[in-house]
Amino acid sequence: MTSVAEIFQTMDYGPAPESDKDANGWLTLHDRAFGHYINGEWTAPLDTFEVINPATKKVIARVSQGTTSDVNAAVAAAKAALPAWRALPGHARARWLYALARELQRNARLFAVIESMDNGKSIRETRDIDIPLVARHFYHHAGWAQLAATEFEGYTAVGVVGQIIPWNFPLLMLAWKVAPALAAGNTVIMKPAEFTPLTALLFAEICEKAGLPPGVLNIITGDGETGKAMVDHPDIDKIAFTGSTEVGRAIRKATAGSGKKLSLELGGKSPFIVYEDADLDSVVEGVVDAIWFNQGQVCCAGSRLLVQEGVADKLIAKLRARMETLRIGSPLDKAVDMGAIVAPVQLERIQQLVQQGQDEGATMWQPSWACPTDGYFYPPTLFTEVQPSSTIAQVEIFGPVMVTMTFRTPEESVALANNTPYGLAASIWTENINLALDIAPKIKSGVVWINATNLFDASAGFGGYRESGFGREGGREGMFEYLVPAWEREQGSAQRNGKHAAAKVAKKREARTTTGSPSDMPSLDRTPKLFIGGKQARPDSGYARKVFGADGAFIGEVGEGNRKDIRNAVEAAHAASKGWSKATGHARAQILYYIAENLSARRDEFAQRITSLSGASSRDALREVDASISRLFTYGAWADKYDGAVHNVPIRGVALAMNEPIGVMGLACPDEAPLLGFISLVAPAIAMGNTVVAIPSEQWPLAATDFYSVLDTSDLPGGVINIVTGPREALARVLAEHDDVEGIWYFGPQSGVKDVELASAVNMKRTWASKHARDWTDAAQGEGREFLREATQVKNIWVPYGE
Amino acid sequence: MSAKRTFETLPRSGGGTGPSRPTLVTNERPIPPTGHVERNPGMPLDLDVVRSIRVNRSAVERRAATLPTRRTVKKEWQAAWLLRAITLMDLTTLSGDDTPGNVRRLCAKARRPVRQDILEALGAQDLGIRVGAVCVYHGLVPTAVDALRGSDIPVAAVSTGFPAGLSPFEQRLEEIHASVAAGAREIDIVITRAHVLTGNWSALYDEVKAFREACGDAHMKSILATGELATLTNVARASVVAMQAGSDFIKTSTGKEGVNATLPFGIVMTRMIREYFEATGYAVGFKPAGGIRTAKQSLEFLFLMKEELGRRWLEPDLFRFGASSLLTDIERQLEHFVTGRYAAAHRHPMP
Repeated sequence: MTSVAEIFQTMDYGPAPESDKDANGWLTLHDRAFGHYINGEWTAPLDTFEVINPATKKVIARVSQGTTSDVNAAVAAAKAALPAWRALPGHARARWLYALARELQRNARLFAVIESMDNGKSIRETRDIDIPLVARHFYHHAGWAQLAATEFEGYTAVGVVGQIIPWNFPLLMLAWKVAPALAAGNTVIMKPAEFTPLTALLFAEICEKAGLPPGVLNIITGDGETGKAMVDHPDIDKIAFTGSTEVGRAIRKATAGSGKKLSLELGGKSPFIVYEDADLDSVVEGVVDAIWFNQGQVCCAGSRLLVQEGVADKLIAKLRARMETLRIGSPLDKAVDMGAIVAPVQLERIQQLVQQGQDEGATMWQPSWACPTDGYFYPPTLFTEVQPSSTIAQVEIFGPVMVTMTFRTPEESVALANNTPYGLAASIWTENINLALDIAPKIKSGVVWINATNLFDASAGFGGYRESGFGREGGREGMFEYLVPAWEREQGSAQRNGKHAAAKVAKKREARTTTGSPSDMPSLDRTPKLFIGGKQARPDSGYARKVFGADGAFIGEVGEGNRKDIRNAVEAAHAASKGWSKATGHARAQILYYIAENLSARRDEFAQRITSLSGASSRDALREVDASISRLFTYGAWADKYDGAVHNVPIRGVALAMNEPIGVMGLACPDEAPLLGFISLVAPAIAMGNTVVAIPSEQWPLAATDFYSVLDTSDLPGGVINIVTGPREALARVLAEHDDVEGIWYFGPQSGVKDVELASAVNMKRTWASKHARDWTDAAQGEGREFLREATQVKNIWVPYGE
Repeated sequence: MSAKRTFETLPRSGGGTGPSRPTLVTNERPIPPTGHVERNPGMPLDLDVVRSIRVNRSAVERRAATLPTRRTVKKEWQAAWLLRAITLMDLTTLSGDDTPGNVRRLCAKARRPVRQDILEALGAQDLGIRVGAVCVYHGLVPTAVDALRGSDIPVAAVSTGFPAGLSPFEQRLEEIHASVAAGAREIDIVITRAHVLTGNWSALYDEVKAFREACGDAHMKSILATGELATLTNVARASVVAMQAGSDFIKTSTGKEGVNATLPFGIVMTRMIREYFEATGYAVGFKPAGGIRTAKQSLEFLFLMKEELGRRWLEPDLFRFGASSLLTDIERQLEHFVTGRYAAAHRHPMP
């Protein structure tokens, strides 16, 4: 025993263990073996695997490997529970969520200790960060449940939701997913990660204790095979996944064409940018919180330190000194900064990547002290002399490893920051507000922290750009991930009753009589080309395709676009993107109104064209043109009104939720309503600042090709709208596969939906491929906020303030 | 900073005899010598350094919020750390109704701050536990000097028109001379806050430098009155100017401001001490004062010193608490550690 007198001289920190008595008591109570929680009941432990405490390498429990039949049972339970749960008044669901939040808080320390034992993260983090945020999420979403009927009017729960979460924040990720899902009226099958299932099981217990109706929340443990059974299950309406980009991509492919709604929160290689006027001592603590928080096993960890060259040496010296004072050790010790790595496989990956970094010429630095050897520990690591071409600068290490690069100018910092396939988070350090607020929108990421890092709150959406996934968790934007327009569900049930809405629409069309050619004069030959970069362009193929009217009459020809035309169109869209995305909402509105004005001037001509194509009566054709004009006005109106939000986050500061354009988008337009369908997609996309490559109705493309002469006269900058006619499915596939296209909308036959969703997995671009036929003339289905949401992505910029 | 000095190699333990220079080990922070630390002579005012300082308040507050949650000491460690806190204490009485009687009582407590039975139970009876200094107004310096005679506990006098520091400059200088003449070995001066609030750094520098010269051999602690400096950036800049002007210590507060010693102030000031040390090689001390009443608060400041500046700054020549009621709370915690029972203040001799 060290004496008081000795410690008085050394002034060392001693052990400060958090007791694991209650946690072990809970585990013992269950004989350290767990089944699944399905339909409000516990299955017997079966086919179990070990749960290891990574700080001691000891087995602390065994949990069951979920089978397909377990998943089937859970889905059946969730499906059975859905109608009643969804039909509950919001206030009733609010009461349940409130009860769960209270129950969580009453058991806060038990959750914190078990989480630490299961994951290896420090008790300080689980106690002060994870668990309070979990409770906060349930409280916040109890509020959304209460307000759902008014705040999300016209929307309804998606249905049965499958949720698959990672091991780095086990209970917090559960909360991020379960709370909004239940608040919105969904029922849930949740699978925690195989390394860290315990707090989810304890959570199931408190749900049981709180009396949550059976089947509303089901918890199944297991590995990737269990997850796969969920992803493949036909009765699951939505999959929410947090984890690696690799698995996310597999899920995107597996769910392609299934009609499942999908949200993915994936990997990152987030930049941590330090400008020369930053408070460097605070930057040092920021780095500690960025990359040595949770041993760097954080998807949004600032793992690329980008430092302005003039202060780089000073910052590195400060960082190294700080690293010496970090304490690593038993995660249950209340005075450690870092705990253990979750599992040997992760530790090996970190070791291997650090070795590779050195092999590739980067300089590695670690503090002089040694890690404990009784668990899976890895010391804080700092790389300098790293080039963007180094492996460690590109791949997600998911460990306590920071790589450093320098930049000369703010412009270069942005280029380096965005030089990654990912786009989850970014941290910007400067005392100059002009610089900070200039840089934040230029970084491709879903979250930006200014002079801070790793701040989270239920009120502010979290989620990525690019290959960091899509969808948001938290805030109003997060709720929409668990909602669908109510008309879709009504249509869904109509479909089940054999009344296919699309067929109905088509039938209605068929019944209409055509009035014949509006003119007896032979028409003057017109040669529609493609419209790329504001200019008419001959198709690369040198071929044309014939267009026939609904009555089978030959009407004309359009260019047969191919992949090279798509390539050219995407390049033109990129060239236009920089200016168009920065144009003011007012300026974009002016152009949309002007397009409407010019279309209006040629109203009759377009109506005649529609009639000749689709065989619509002249009255209906005129109605379609008028609806198109109105739609252009709608988005002209929205262009300067689709505001972001200022979230009420619990800091002295604000979180600015900015609606940003997605970038370059591909739009595959519906066959029906050849003009209105085209405008219904193009107008909201460009109103929000995107530039587009549109594939018009394959069957009746001439309304769109006529339209480019309207665009020509409407001051639209070249390249904002590009039109490529031709085989929709083939062209859409080229767009979906294109790495430099960031979003794709597809409104074609169901067979094409799968192709597009599958192909989109290459760069995890956002896809919107509605499985529902839309009545484009109905404003509820054909326009509005749903389109605006799909045309934007939310960036949350956290701005703490105070001098 | 311009007065950069070259560092010598690290002496092996003990540091030998006489003052030695600070040292720099590659890739680690330089640390002051174990033994006697050379007094900070000050340096010419370097406005480039002063004006380039940036402090981000929100980030500092986050650090302050997590520092006490990242470190803790329990059982023997807590007892030892609390004993250490006692030796770093400037036991203080600064009231209008101070009399020789209560000052003598305070001095007696300074000599024997912890009950003997508790010290013995802790095995600390041979550690020479006594407070760092006794701090009083000028008028009570002779009483305190007399009461502490033979104990080697220095008497500190608050000075220069404490607490507002707005009396005539010559009188403030004279006050220092008088207190030093009366036997004060430490002088806690107050700065003119207006110089900070108006950015008149050269006036601040000149003032502090003049005070330092007036102190002679007495060590000077410069009270910045951080609660009246408006911003953390001002606190940081005032810290640096005070050090450039030759302060031996920088001190947060008089105890009379609305906001006194807080961890954010402590973080900013200790970081500036580190910068100054790394730039010049001179180690300056830190004294948080005002509002530190509980054992837990004192531990938080000890964590701050150890984390931001290192073990060497846990010695009375580089760290002091200004406190009056803190000691009683520490005694209660020590007794609790010894007996396992919660303690009552009235069972400890009052200061």
